[in-house]
Amino acid sequence: MTVMKHVMPPTPLALEISGLVKRFDRPAVDGLDLTVRTGEFYALLGPNGAGKTTTLRMIAGLLRPDAGTISVAGIDALADPVAAKQIMAWISDEPMIYDKLTPREYLEFVAGLWGIAPALAEERARDLLAWLDLAPHAHERCEGFSKGMRQKVALAGALVHDPRVIILDEPLTGLDAGSARQVKSVLRERVNAGGTIIMTTHILEVAERMADRIGVIAHGKLIAEGTLDELRLQAGRTNGGASDGASLEDTFLALVAEQAQAA
Amino acid sequence: MTPGTAVWFARHESRLAWRDWLSMITAGRRERLRRVVIAILVFAIFMHFVAYWMVGRYADAAIDKPMLVTITASILLSWLLMISQAMESMTRAFYARSDLDLILASPVAAQRLFAVRIATVGVSVAAMAIPLAAPFIDILIVRGGLRWMGAYGLIVAMGAAAAALAVGFTVALFRIIGPKRTRLVAQVVAAVIGAAFVIGLQVAAILSYGTISRASVLQSGAVLTHAPDLASIVWWPARAAMGDWLALIGVLAVSFASLVAAIALVSPRFGEYATAAAGAVASSVSLSRRQSAFKKTSPRRALRRKEWMLLRRDPWLVSQTFMQMLYLIPPAVLLWRSFDDGNGAFNLVVPVLVMAAGQFAGGLAWLAISGEDAPDLVATAPVPANFILRAKVEAVLGVIAVVFAPMVAVLAMLSPWHALVASAGIVIATTAATAIQLWFRSQAKRSQFRRRQVSSRVATFTEAFSSIGWAATAAVASVSLVLAIAPALIALLVVAGAWIMSPRQAAA
Repeated sequence: MTVMKHVMPPTPLALEISGLVKRFDRPAVDGLDLTVRTGEFYALLGPNGAGKTTTLRMIAGLLRPDAGTISVAGIDALADPVAAKQIMAWISDEPMIYDKLTPREYLEFVAGLWGIAPALAEERARDLLAWLDLAPHAHERCEGFSKGMRQKVALAGALVHDPRVIILDEPLTGLDAGSARQVKSVLRERVNAGGTIIMTTHILEVAERMADRIGVIAHGKLIAEGTLDELRLQAGRTNGGASDGASLEDTFLALVAEQAQAA
Repeated sequence: MTPGTAVWFARHESRLAWRDWLSMITAGRRERLRRVVIAILVFAIFMHFVAYWMVGRYADAAIDKPMLVTITASILLSWLLMISQAMESMTRAFYARSDLDLILASPVAAQRLFAVRIATVGVSVAAMAIPLAAPFIDILIVRGGLRWMGAYGLIVAMGAAAAALAVGFTVALFRIIGPKRTRLVAQVVAAVIGAAFVIGLQVAAILSYGTISRASVLQSGAVLTHAPDLASIVWWPARAAMGDWLALIGVLAVSFASLVAAIALVSPRFGEYATAAAGAVASSVSLSRRQSAFKKTSPRRALRRKEWMLLRRDPWLVSQTFMQMLYLIPPAVLLWRSFDDGNGAFNLVVPVLVMAAGQFAGGLAWLAISGEDAPDLVATAPVPANFILRAKVEAVLGVIAVVFAPMVAVLAMLSPWHALVASAGIVIATTAATAIQLWFRSQAKRSQFRRRQVSSRVATFTEAFSSIGWAATAAVASVSLVLAIAPALIALLVVAGAWIMSPRQAAA
């Protein structure tokens, strides 16, 4: 594995993963090491079946790793999952909301699960619903909502308990341009406010424009990591597949091709 | 075979139906097929013995009024169940999107497919009824001669008529109440029809004779006196079953004519109805009247409230889960009748309450534990997993308490001892059914409620046998606590067996 080395300022880490392993029929995640700094927008890229979703699900506490450690803002997520979950939020590509609840009721339920004081939760819910243009639909049941609206409800649910770390698995899949821009804007605001975003995406333009750092994963291993310039440099150096000014798409394909050749 | 013809569509539909059926009986695992076939054969042989014991003596029966009344009632009962099944299938045909978009967007004459689909409902309803009726008909043929072959023909006719009625009823609902409400109403009506006849007869029997037997009503002097003359057309189906070939031809002709008429009338507009149904689902906007401030709550209370709210707001789920409560009507009537004369009917009421509680709890527990529509959200909440499960179990117990407390309270006024036994039985049966659902939990959508038994037949059977076991225990305990030890041990064995066979225990 060739990972770009950074001169990192000594900022606290939002996420620290070491030697993470998960096997199903074959290794899905194979000794992954990963660190994400607080206040960073981190995009995790990789081809289908690379182990991105499995990694995120282990961080979110939805899967138990076979080996390795996960630390979220200094909390050992495997030893104390409840404390880690308290400061995290998880959103998948398929928004999981309740058809028979209204957005407002959904947010009240989520706030209840995270133990947020009712007055504070209500204020945040009001702001979030307005921010995401859901206020006119606040009292409608979600069953008639479009995919974009459902994803925005799920996003509001993830933000209502004010998490320090937000983990998103392909959050923009299936969204129209307007909804996608709204979600991206919310995520950017979140990072500007000091939150940490860890996101997988197949839309490389989103990673290119939004991410502070990008990690490329293949066969359950991190094969490259850094800013876009650093990734270009690495891809150009290793196989001449990408050069200055190359798009992330070219860079990504070059890195993955290199990994495939090595394998 | 020319693509786009009715025969081509029929082949396509039958292939899908066959694969769906195979998947259902094997729970998606083809390697189980051999075992399933053996189990079906064993069950069929066993049912022939049961049939011999139940109907063997009627094989040489003459065509007289008591016989015609009994057979007509049985036919009507079976037909109501077939109509119920046909309505279910018809609702699915209108509302399930699956391949409708593909077909409606293709250049083929879609009405041919819809004609085939309507006919398929009739065929599938008859195909489902024949294996259930076959042991009884076979015994009657063996002992009474080939004249009983007419019963098979009658089932085919009943299937065709049920499909015609179901499609007519569904389309009528579309026109009267609109596509948005049709789905729910049709499904509720289907379920009620399936249960109504038995319950109606039982209630009538209780009111008239103080027993819970259906036969007492059917063979009563009042019914026989008011029954039509032997030559009446009312008896044609019964006569057809008993080998009157003219009656059979008549019944078949009327049934098939109804089905052909329904197909001719509905299939040209089926696409229009299906499109309207899709539009109704997509455009449904339900406003919640609740606008109160957020309440102070704990995660556990939030989970309980969520479960109750989701159940309350889903009329289809309510209708499916509460359908079992319909069977409580006869014992409730019996209880009400006993209020005055105290005739000792409580021994009958107690096991029915316990049985209903066990079955009801099983359905609710599946919804709460396995039927979670946002499993990731709940799993990423900062609460321990067992805490979430406990809250969900509490939600189930809360509903059971609300439903059964009034009946137990009435029973307590009449017989405190029976109320005590019923309460204990309800709590144990509920706990057992919930525990079984807990041990066999698997992630699913709530909308899969009707097919929940497919994922684990062991869970389904043990849940049913556990409820029966605890009901039997309660029935015996009403009379003697000592004698109740034996059925209680059997029920405990069933629950223990479920625990041993549960996936988590097996994995360990």
